[in-house]
Amino acid sequence: MAVATRVQPNKAQLGDVMALQKPARSLWADAWYRLLRNRFAVVGMAIIGLFALVAAFASLLAPESPLKIHDGMGFLPPAWVKQSSTGKAGDARFLLGTDTIGRDVLSRVLYGARVSMLVGLTPVAIIVILGASIGLFSGYRGGRLDNLLMRLTDVVWAFPEMLLYIILMVTLRDAWIGRLMNGLFLLFVALAAVSWVGIARLVRGSVLSLKEKEFIEAARSIGISDVRIMLRHILPNTIGPIVVWVAFAVPRMIIAEATLGYLGLGLRPASDPRSFFITSWGVLMLEGNTSINAQPWILLAPSLCVGVIVLAFTFLGDGLRDALDPRMRGTQ
Amino acid sequence: MMRFVIRRLLWMIPVLLLVSLVTFLLMHAAPGGPWDRDPGRRQVDPSTQEMLNKKFGLDKPVWRQFIGYTLGDWDYQSKFVCGAICGNLGPSYRQRGRTVQDILFSIPEGKPFWDSRFGYSIRLGLLAFAFAIVVGIPAGIAAALKQNTWIDYVSALIANIGVSVPGFVIGLYLIIIFAVWLKLVSVVPRSWSDLRVWIMPALVLGFGTMAFTARLTRSAMLEVMRQDYVRTARSKGLAEYVVIVGHMLKNAMIPVVTILGPALAGLVTGSFIIETMFGFPGIGREYIMAISNRDYSMILGTTLVFAVLITLANLSVDVTYAFLDPRIRLD
Repeated sequence: MAVATRVQPNKAQLGDVMALQKPARSLWADAWYRLLRNRFAVVGMAIIGLFALVAAFASLLAPESPLKIHDGMGFLPPAWVKQSSTGKAGDARFLLGTDTIGRDVLSRVLYGARVSMLVGLTPVAIIVILGASIGLFSGYRGGRLDNLLMRLTDVVWAFPEMLLYIILMVTLRDAWIGRLMNGLFLLFVALAAVSWVGIARLVRGSVLSLKEKEFIEAARSIGISDVRIMLRHILPNTIGPIVVWVAFAVPRMIIAEATLGYLGLGLRPASDPRSFFITSWGVLMLEGNTSINAQPWILLAPSLCVGVIVLAFTFLGDGLRDALDPRMRGTQ
Repeated sequence: MMRFVIRRLLWMIPVLLLVSLVTFLLMHAAPGGPWDRDPGRRQVDPSTQEMLNKKFGLDKPVWRQFIGYTLGDWDYQSKFVCGAICGNLGPSYRQRGRTVQDILFSIPEGKPFWDSRFGYSIRLGLLAFAFAIVVGIPAGIAAALKQNTWIDYVSALIANIGVSVPGFVIGLYLIIIFAVWLKLVSVVPRSWSDLRVWIMPALVLGFGTMAFTARLTRSAMLEVMRQDYVRTARSKGLAEYVVIVGHMLKNAMIPVVTILGPALAGLVTGSFIIETMFGFPGIGREYIMAISNRDYSMILGTTLVFAVLITLANLSVDVTYAFLDPRIRLD
């Protein structure tokens, strides 16, 4: 056996050697660059980032306190309107006008972003952890457990989502569970109760197709335990579809919160300025519903926010799907 | 084929049982009872409460009440009272003296069935559905045939907005635009017999479905357009119209049909909010009013009605799909 010696590359090999010097780009980096090339997705990400910042720093950004009542200044139109249908003029202090009792609309909308962002992200995180675990386990083990779980998901899946949310919120609203976090906890539970099925089936489908691949067979043949196979080998390959699912699930949660708030079943508006969750877009829409003629902006501002953020997530989700899918298929 | 349909129909039973069970249990978990939630009246005294409970069978154990609600039970006078499967959905707790099925399905004297609350909702739903199909499918076809022209971009934009932005938000904008700014439509309709007043609610209700249908039709058509048999048909010298209608449409409609069932279901659930927004006298609005009144039996009964509708809608798509695509009949 020849001893490895330092070899000088000749001219032909120089290019190859230089190419090898660059660090290899991982598959995730590839997907990321593809995502960045999609302009809509980038705009979507920017919008979501903006809303997240607004939600986090609402207390610094809002010009007025969202709970401060200004007597006699109710129903002011936005600052650029000189005379509204009720004959009032806009005030520069209240950029989007005031609501029925004189609270600044802009500040309330900014604080409302908190609940919406949180409602979008928290239940989804729980659902993904729960649903993906169930799907992973069920798909890998197979057999009767899998069958049973799939029958269960079939029945739960057929349950009309919105009906369950409404019923849960109505009946448990005054119980102790409905009072936690101003009613947000119950909302999270309601949202999670039906949605976990979607991710479970998605993951299970992925697992079923991955289970028979050679690399899994190879891993099994060298004696790797089932759990380790599931976590280390199968799970990373299912992350692509999961990420896309998340990108589409978050707007569904935000819409559900807005709908329930509009029906009067969502967050309980707080009157304590120290509480973190003061109002939500759904609640604001409900409040604005009655003043639609006098000051349409009480309703317009939160509904515009809902629409924009859902559109942003939709663009991001489409971009993620395009960025991740071809690659995932290519590796297998 | 019949076996397929029957099997799917049988699936409805566990689903409906689960829906009624969950709703029933949750109703019983809610604090407070049916007699003492009305804020305006005096609290009912205990002995009257006992009598009322006995009369309505609320003193029995929960599991027995559930069976009594769904199937039927003997009441305190040992008379057999049939349950939900006979269409008896129980008395309304708030609107004393009327039963749930009475509120939902009753017809005023001498009027046709369509004038019941249920009939109104069905009419609105069908109108919205018709709008979604009549506008959505041609828009999708046009966008596919004239890909990357302004028709495509405009319809893609509208479709994207319609799919992402929730239906009631769009409805609110449309109301603001047409009723407040342009003052074309009055927010409070005078009478529901005038057909023009139905346009706005149907439009709003069907908008999301229309956008989704357009998008789906477009992508289905695009896929079909690239198939070999289309190229064969064209090279045979068939007129373009024949190629489109006779060959492309039939195959492109298959994925579209599959979403129509869930779309119908979506119309049902969308109807709550739209009906509330427009003050439309349908079962959706009754549902929302029952929710704000905490009229539990009404909520339970209407939920069951909705669940039946939605499950039937989902089932209908399976049947239509099997009808259109012979391959899946062999399932």
